[in-house]
Amino acid sequence: MVQQLTYLKETASQTAGPYVHIGLIPGMAGFDIFEKNFTNILTGPNTKGERITLEGRVLDGTGTPLRDVLLEIWQANAAGRYNHPADRSPGAIDGDFHGWGRAGSDFETGLITFETIKPGATVDKTGRKCAPHVNVWIVARGINIGLNTRIYFSDEDAANAADPVLNLIEQPVRRSTLIARRSERAGKVVYDFTINLQGPDETVFFDV
Amino acid sequence: MSAQAAAIDAARINRPEPLTPPLGDGGFFQRDRAIHPPAYAPGYKSSVLRSPRQSLLSLEGSISEITGPVFGHNDLGPLDNDLIRNYAKDGDPIGERIVVHGRVLDETGRGVPNTLVEFWQANAGGRYRHKKDTYLAPIDPNFGGCGRALTDANGYYFFRTVKPGPYPWRNYVNSWRPAHIHFSVFGSGFAQRLITQMYFEGDPLIPVCPILATVPDPEALGRLIAPLDLNASAPFDSLTYRFDIVLRGRRSTYFDNRPEGN
Repeated sequence: MVQQLTYLKETASQTAGPYVHIGLIPGMAGFDIFEKNFTNILTGPNTKGERITLEGRVLDGTGTPLRDVLLEIWQANAAGRYNHPADRSPGAIDGDFHGWGRAGSDFETGLITFETIKPGATVDKTGRKCAPHVNVWIVARGINIGLNTRIYFSDEDAANAADPVLNLIEQPVRRSTLIARRSERAGKVVYDFTINLQGPDETVFFDV
Repeated sequence: MSAQAAAIDAARINRPEPLTPPLGDGGFFQRDRAIHPPAYAPGYKSSVLRSPRQSLLSLEGSISEITGPVFGHNDLGPLDNDLIRNYAKDGDPIGERIVVHGRVLDETGRGVPNTLVEFWQANAGGRYRHKKDTYLAPIDPNFGGCGRALTDANGYYFFRTVKPGPYPWRNYVNSWRPAHIHFSVFGSGFAQRLITQMYFEGDPLIPVCPILATVPDPEALGRLIAPLDLNASAPFDSLTYRFDIVLRGRRSTYFDNRPEGN
């Protein structure tokens, strides 16, 4: 008999449920408990880079916005560097940019917003340049295991065309589901995104 | 970790020795989707319209996935892991006083140090402090129902709370959730991000819960059920339950197109 590999197995995922806000955004559940709360604002007064708003909705298989969904984003800073010891790329760490935030959708409209900066281009481990992108993780009632996707930017056509991950998507028509549209409203740069969980314009989700 | 907790670890015969240390920044072990619930699990009705129909696109972990947010003690308050006290207004919450403790490990058996664990739950009567919960059981004025902790250098965490009650929900006409505590865990990379639920040993609602039934692997389901840990309980104070959480293991990159090795 061969030797056994003594690996453990990952703990199985379970849905975050409809009351996920209690644990992760208690203010949205309707009460104040922690001194410091995690928010959808990633920028501080000294954060470097172009200030942007990400604004969007997550839609179910009927096109109805989810009003109890929670998103987390993780992104590089303006220099393309993640604030994490495993990232040894040359761009400087920004002392006023953590790179992570979370947001719940509005209970009436389903709208989700993040205040952040546009990330710089990153480099993957084989040295290929990756277009600027924001990593997104989605949990909600009815979602049994968190869904991973990315937000790319509509004003980065050349970088998007060369992006190694977008180019892994076999059908070019599906690549557009990951690209947020840039507009300017009241002097603010806003990127609109729509995440379709299911259906003809279904967003590309990754097994990362 | 206390000597007591170390002894508990040593006594767990199914706990393997750690394998070779993860040396570098390789991606995480491929997620074993056979132990996780599928996205589409029609017995849990909400999943029907909220599950992708297309395949997930597999990505080999790059810097975007193997990195993730790092948290520190500055992010937490002193009572964040004490649900008996962190929302107390004029007394203690009503309910069975319990401690939940355990380790966050990865698939190689190594503790995941300094990682953020968040938890939330209903009160002893099964009522959530959430504006959308309309169950007729009352709110407990001294119970918020959420907390968080950072694991120590060995991946150990603990918190104190009251045991949550079961509650009804609109799935089938007569569906009731078993008593459970929700957990959110970060790990060291965004690809390890996990939300799950902990159940209590012996609860007769476990075998009839449509959400638990989404887990296809009986052993994986069993790992969501926390045993009573009488040895770790505080006499005349609190019973203790043990809940270990396993995150994905990390591969080493022995050969890579990088100037430096591991």
